[in-house]
Amino acid sequence: MPIWDFLEIYGARLASGTLVTCAQFVLAAVIAIVVALLAGLGKLSKNAVIRGVSTVYIEAFRGTSLLVQLYWIFFVLPLFGLTLPKFVAGFVSVGLNVGSYGAELVRGAIQSVPKGQWEAAYALSMSPARRMRRIILPQALALMLPPWGNLLIELLKGTALVALISVTDLMFQAKQINASTFLSAEAFGSALVIYYILARFLITPFMRWMERVIARRLGRA
Amino acid sequence: MDMSAYPLELPEGDRPMVRFMNVTKRYGNLVVLDKLNLDVTEGEMVTIIGPSGSGKTTVLRMLMTLETINGGVIYVDGKPLTHMARDGVLVAADERHLRKMRASIGMCFQHFNLFPHMTALQNCMEGPVQVLGLSRQEARERSEELLTLVGMIDKKDQHPSRLSGGQQQRVAIARALAMRPKVMLFDEVTSALDPEVIGEVTNVIRKLVSEHNLTMLMVTHQMGFARDISDRVCFFYAGKIEEQGPPDELFDNPQRERTKQFLSAVKEAD
Repeated sequence: MPIWDFLEIYGARLASGTLVTCAQFVLAAVIAIVVALLAGLGKLSKNAVIRGVSTVYIEAFRGTSLLVQLYWIFFVLPLFGLTLPKFVAGFVSVGLNVGSYGAELVRGAIQSVPKGQWEAAYALSMSPARRMRRIILPQALALMLPPWGNLLIELLKGTALVALISVTDLMFQAKQINASTFLSAEAFGSALVIYYILARFLITPFMRWMERVIARRLGRA
Repeated sequence: MDMSAYPLELPEGDRPMVRFMNVTKRYGNLVVLDKLNLDVTEGEMVTIIGPSGSGKTTVLRMLMTLETINGGVIYVDGKPLTHMARDGVLVAADERHLRKMRASIGMCFQHFNLFPHMTALQNCMEGPVQVLGLSRQEARERSEELLTLVGMIDKKDQHPSRLSGGQQQRVAIARALAMRPKVMLFDEVTSALDPEVIGEVTNVIRKLVSEHNLTMLMVTHQMGFARDISDRVCFFYAGKIEEQGPPDELFDNPQRERTKQFLSAVKEAD
């Protein structure tokens, strides 16, 4: 079947799948960023309990498979009384998984802010919280943006796994089309191209733009 | 030494702006300051010179509470800085006490340490707005006044990355002054500068000495400058004050062998 005819018949389903993928991406990214910030700061906390919780979270989610985590959150948590709709289970799993990697980026970037900046803020009598928010985090943000660009592309690709708990994302639609038509090359080829376009022409330019904004705020542009 | 030997507050009539009382600082087995006693009176400009590793910078960093204290007490304006009173004796100060007390101390660093994500003006306003709770309007007026004093008002909207080392250091001086400190600390503020811009920073400090009654402690390698502006020069050696006195006496007629050696070594290098 010519690709034009294929797209004419199945384009709408692929488009609706793409929308679901985008929604999963955005929601998972929000969770990943928030959790990464909390766990990254937590790992640097003076409080041993906060540090411990952050370490356990990072180790658990970074050290085990995303697919297993997804199945746990969707199939096992209900046994403990917590039932999540599949759409929610999908982006929560992906967000928590990627957030564990992000936490290390946050921690590393904070520790990379030069010692002189900490001391200058200290010499102005800033409280630790204010120093973190006003002086350290803005500079850490500039340091961690490039690796976050990579991580968000990983996150987008990770959302393909939510098809396995029947969230009707792009990958789910491609699988359905394949199952009913056996047009494997067209179905999975389209999915491949759409994932690439999302990563290359949406996420990457957005991150580049963010880097430029931050550079301007540092007076470097 | 028993902590009860230290007064909770210095008595009226014997209240220098800064008093180091038997202050000891160790890093592991290395003794950096060895039972240091040093008074700085209000409005005095004291310069600390000495070979590297003699504890010069540590004196300033202890006063800024950037370093913890291993023995003795530091008083600022008669009140204990490193300690606080509890049940009639001095105990190690907690975070809140330190934060309150160090607000009366300002410091300029060798590498300026301006905040790179803020303009010159924002750097100066940050402390007054965020720490002292001034309105933005008040903080702006105060900061612009100080930027004028250091000759940087034309560059107030520039980020540090657009300023030369000398310009950055002048902004850093304005930023520290914006907190209205009682004591200003200058830690080798010209050491990282190109020779041709050292003058613009030393001129600002000269102006502060002549026009403002600020208590200042300075660590420097520039002997000529130290001689010009100091009320007193302290020569440090191995964590102790080896010799101190008015600059003319110390530079022209040093009494101690180590002082003589150091000064002649410095002169040769010039």
